Amino acid sequence: MSGGPRILTARWGKPDSASLESYRKDGGYRALEKALSMEPAAVVDEVKRSNLRGRGGAGFATGLKWSFLPKDVRPRYLTVNADESEPGTFKDRYILEHDPHQLIEGIAITCWANDIHLAYVYVRGEFARQTRILERALEEARAAGLIGPRLGGKKDFGLEIHLHRGAGAYICGEESALLESLEGKKGYPRLKPPFPAVVGLWGKPTIINNVETLANLPFIVEHGGEAFAALGTAKSGGTRLYCVSGHVKRPGVYERPVQQNLKKLIFEDCGGIVGDRQVKAVIPGGSSAPVLSAGEIDVSLEFDALKAAGTMAGSGGIIVFDESACMVRALWRITRFYAEESCGQCTPCREGVPWMEGVLEKLEAGHGERADLEKLDQLAGNIMGQTICALGDAAAMPVQSFVKKFRDEFARHVEERRCPFGDHAWGLEQSSRPALVGEVVY
Amino acid sequence: MNDFPLAAAEPLAREKIEEFDRQVAAIVRRYPPERKAAALLPVLRLAQESFGRLSPEVQQLAASRLGVSPARADEVATFYVMFHTRPVGRHLVELCTNVSCCLTGSERIWQHLKKKLGVGPNQTTADGRITLREVECLGSCGTAPAMLVDEEMHERLTVEKVDEILGRLS
Repeated sequence: MSGGPRILTARWGKPDSASLESYRKDGGYRALEKALSMEPAAVVDEVKRSNLRGRGGAGFATGLKWSFLPKDVRPRYLTVNADESEPGTFKDRYILEHDPHQLIEGIAITCWANDIHLAYVYVRGEFARQTRILERALEEARAAGLIGPRLGGKKDFGLEIHLHRGAGAYICGEESALLESLEGKKGYPRLKPPFPAVVGLWGKPTIINNVETLANLPFIVEHGGEAFAALGTAKSGGTRLYCVSGHVKRPGVYERPVQQNLKKLIFEDCGGIVGDRQVKAVIPGGSSAPVLSAGEIDVSLEFDALKAAGTMAGSGGIIVFDESACMVRALWRITRFYAEESCGQCTPCREGVPWMEGVLEKLEAGHGERADLEKLDQLAGNIMGQTICALGDAAAMPVQSFVKKFRDEFARHVEERRCPFGDHAWGLEQSSRPALVGEVVY
Repeated sequence: MNDFPLAAAEPLAREKIEEFDRQVAAIVRRYPPERKAAALLPVLRLAQESFGRLSPEVQQLAASRLGVSPARADEVATFYVMFHTRPVGRHLVELCTNVSCCLTGSERIWQHLKKKLGVGPNQTTADGRITLREVECLGSCGTAPAMLVDEEMHERLTVEKVDEILGRLS
């Protein structure tokens, strides 16, 4: 199943891969040593040259993000976003499970490059096992003197890395809500600007990067930014961890170049659609990304390419629906998620998303009217862009795209006064299949 | 259910409080000395593990150790789904019914769980053994369906596998 370069998944599945000993045997922490022999600014330049873009969802250029830190304000902090909870996304957890030292080395490099001496990893509360593994890896790194009062055991540069475990709230994956939660509050997103790089944790300049983003840094430092950039497109370097779930024969996590073709990923890497049915719809970047219909999936998964296709690469969570699944049921469930997870701070989101959910429930039950389709579109339009954070948009985008692209199916629910899929709204083959995660079979 | 009257509550055991305080001290060290309040989430988690649930007295205890108001502790305790202010059963069974889990059979498992346990969502079996909850995406979409049992993840579920897991619970 191997398909091209493996930066992040190379060590997954090796015996005891999460241990320091095994990581070191494979050359681990050599990149940190190299970074420490470089000027911090030179490390930042290398990251800029790599064209690394944030893997959490927004796809913002990492080197550029770092450069927004004000020059003369200290302390600065690093916060690692391990609050992986966008439906359809399941990659960061495997980095934590299989190769936590790769992340720790990435954190250490980032802190050296940006003169940061205190970092927090915000792990979602539901990741009990991943938290234990990372905690153990951090203890190993401390005991070995890699982090602590002398970074890498050499420099007169202290770095503390701590875990901060969440307690169950999707909104805390939003970077400013994450900061609030880290400060010991409920996760209410902050108004931006100012952005966290200027006013972040405890009011100080703060970098917030996703786990996968930082796990790329050892490779970038060791092999140079250009080598990383060469794997991708002109504006986007490296590989991505694509999480594929739903009606594919072989779901899982696939490390492929950032410009991997979506159709190829589904039909070659994942073996095609279960039961050899036709594909009906694909969500390409987590459940908030506008849905693609079957005719639109011959597209590159690169950030700008998907943007041009009217959707987004988001968090790399790809959910595949075959022809036997009901799009109204799917959208209802997605919308229920955002209604449940709205923090309640902004009225359009707090009131509008549950309203959309109610309309969708009615449609799926066969009690809808034609006018409900217009109502959904109008509600989504009144939420879009009207809220402090992107959760409102995240709820509106699926509604707009599903109603537009599968309008006939919504209309059939109205005309037939029932769900045409009956008891099989989630498809004819609702079964769990072995997953391929890197090269590991689950 | 009335959670409010403080006077009627049973006092928290002194030994438990002492052990709690020792562990709070270790947690607080992870944050800058002037930022103790940041430890509220981990301290509430510890309090829940130590005393069973975040009753008003327990919230107040946690708040007092960090110098934050009881109102702030309550605000946080009620915001996050993993915190329990109301009593829960000895075991917590939480099934994900988000899209990827439903596409692989989670709805069937949900119906089965409700029928087998004889409870609805957020209800506890009469013997106080199991509280059933429906939860949002657990990040196990490739190995769906998934559920948490007492915060430990179980994946690639089938009805048979769920029965086996429930059978092991005391």
